[in-house]
Amino acid sequence: MTAPLLQVEDLSKRFGGFTALDAINLEVAPGARLGLIGPNGSGKSTLVNCLCGTLRKDSGSVRFEGALMDGLSAHQRTRLGMARSFQLPRPFASLTVAENLRIPLLYTVGFRRGHHVPRAEIAAREAELLGLVGLADKAGRLPRDLSQVEMRKLELARAMAAEPKLLFADEAMAGLSHGEVDDIITLLRRLNESGITVILIEHIMRAVMSFSDRLVVLVAGRKIADGPPDEVVRNPEVERAYLGE
Amino acid sequence: MRSHTFCFAALAVAALLFESLRFLENEYLFFAGYVVLQYVVLATAWNILGGYTGYVNFGTAAFFALGAYTSVAAGKLVALPIPALMLAGGVISGVVGLGMGYLTLRLRGVFFAIATLALAVVVQTLITNWDFVGGSRGAYTIRPAAVEHFGSYVQYLFLVMLALAVIALTIAHAIEGSRLGYGFATIRDDEAAAEASGVPTLRLKLVATMLSGALMGMAGAPLPYYVTYLDPASGFNLAYAVNSIAMPLIGGMTSWVGPLIGALLLGSIQQVATVSNWFGGRPEINLLIVGVLLILFVIAAPNGIVGLLGVETRRGGRR
Repeated sequence: MTAPLLQVEDLSKRFGGFTALDAINLEVAPGARLGLIGPNGSGKSTLVNCLCGTLRKDSGSVRFEGALMDGLSAHQRTRLGMARSFQLPRPFASLTVAENLRIPLLYTVGFRRGHHVPRAEIAAREAELLGLVGLADKAGRLPRDLSQVEMRKLELARAMAAEPKLLFADEAMAGLSHGEVDDIITLLRRLNESGITVILIEHIMRAVMSFSDRLVVLVAGRKIADGPPDEVVRNPEVERAYLGE
Repeated sequence: MRSHTFCFAALAVAALLFESLRFLENEYLFFAGYVVLQYVVLATAWNILGGYTGYVNFGTAAFFALGAYTSVAAGKLVALPIPALMLAGGVISGVVGLGMGYLTLRLRGVFFAIATLALAVVVQTLITNWDFVGGSRGAYTIRPAAVEHFGSYVQYLFLVMLALAVIALTIAHAIEGSRLGYGFATIRDDEAAAEASGVPTLRLKLVATMLSGALMGMAGAPLPYYVTYLDPASGFNLAYAVNSIAMPLIGGMTSWVGPLIGALLLGSIQQVATVSNWFGGRPEINLLIVGVLLILFVIAAPNGIVGLLGVETRRGGRR
C-alpha cells in the first residue's frame, strides 16, 4: 500500500464547552475520491478548517505527505498542496473574476516554482480555468455580477488555480440544479483522473454516491462510519443519524 | 505605466512646479506649499495601509511626530543634513510601524483603529516626559538662513518634501499593479480566502504598516527645521491624523491619485483659510472645513473624487 497523502490522528477541536471534533482518525490515500457526509453541525466544515489551517486544532496531529502540519498557517498549507473551496463563496469582491484566479497563481504557483509565473502563462491559465468551469464570458466582471451558481464555480476554479494535490470541495454544489451538479461532478472526476485527491463535503447524496469511492460519516463531531459508499449507507448507525430511531 | 516611466513623469511635474514657483518669486508659496506636500506624503502613506489593505490607522500623528522628534534628538548629538534625518526618522517610524503591526494586526476593524489611537497617546506621553528632546516645554531648532545651490532654507525644505512626495507616489503607484498590490487587495476583501489562496496575510500586513509608518516618519523629519520650535502638542496634533484619513477618503482610496487629489485640495483650502479673512480670520475653521467635506463625501461620493469622475483606476484595471 502506498503511503497516505493525508493522515489525521486523534484530531479534536472544542469551542468553549462544545466539542466540535472528537478524536477524529482518518487516512486518505493519494488519488482517492472521498465523500464526507454528516448532518448539519456534525463538524464537517470544522474538520476542513482544522486540516487547512483556518482553525487551530486543540489536540491530535495532521500529516500531509508525511510531514506534520503543526503550527503551519493556512497559506503555507495551500502552498504545500492543500486547496479548498469555502462553503459560502468568499470571492475577492474588488477583483474581477479573472483576477480572483490570478491570486493563487501569483502567490501559490509562483511560490512553489520559486519565481514569478510569466504574465502570458498567467493569462493562459486564467482563461483555461474559466473555460473549464464555464465562466469564460465573465472574466472581466466583478463577483457581485455573478449568480450564486457562478460564484460556486469561481470558488472551485480559484481552489483549482492553486494546483493542489488535495482538494477540499466544501459543499460546492449546494443550490445547484440537477444538470449543474452533474457538471461539477464531471469536473471533479476529471480533476481526480489528473491525479488530484478530492475530499467532497456534500449534502446531496446523489452527488456523493456517484462521485465517491469511499464514504466517511461524521455525527456530532465523531466519525461513525468509514468505508465503501454502498456499505456505509446500509450501516444502521448511519441510518439512525439521518433518519432518526 | 511602468514604474520608472511614472517616476520620470512625476519628477518632471515636480521640477516644473518648483521652477514655476521660483518664477513667481513669492517666498510664502514655498512656505505654504511645504505643508501641502507634507500632506501629500502623509495621505499617500496612510492610504498604503488604510486604502490598499483596509486597516484604518488613527495614529498618523505618532509616526509623523516620531520622525520629527528623531530629528530633534539627532540634532542634539550630531549635525546631519535633512535627507539623512529623513532616513533616520523613516527607520524609527518604520520599526515602530512594524512593532505596532505585530502587536495589533490580529485585531480587525474598529479594534485595530482604537489600538492605533492608543499608540499615538502612548508615544505622545513618552515624548512629553522625555527631557532630552525638550519634554512638554518643547525644543528649538536653529536652522541656517540659506543652503548652497538652493536659495532660501524654506525653498530647500520645499524641494526636499517635493522629492519625498515623488518617492511616496512612485511607491504607491508601483504597489498598485504588482503582486504586492493584489495581495493587499485580497486582505481588504477577505483574509481567510486570501490565506486559502496562498497569500501570507500577516507578512503582507507587516509590510504595509512598516512602509506606511516609515513614509510618515520621513514626512515628519524636516518638521523641526520648518517650524523651528516643536512641542508635543503641535507635533502630535490631531489634525495630522484627521487630515491623513480625510484626504484619501475625499480623493478616493483605491488608487494613488485619490490621496494626491485629496491632499492638494484639502491642504490648499486649509492653507488659504489660515491666512485669508474669508472666514473672519479664524484658523480654527480648518478642522470645520475638513469635517464638512468629509460628511459631504461620505454621503454623496463614498468613492471620493476619483469615484465621482468615474476614472477606471482600480488596481488591476490594466494588465
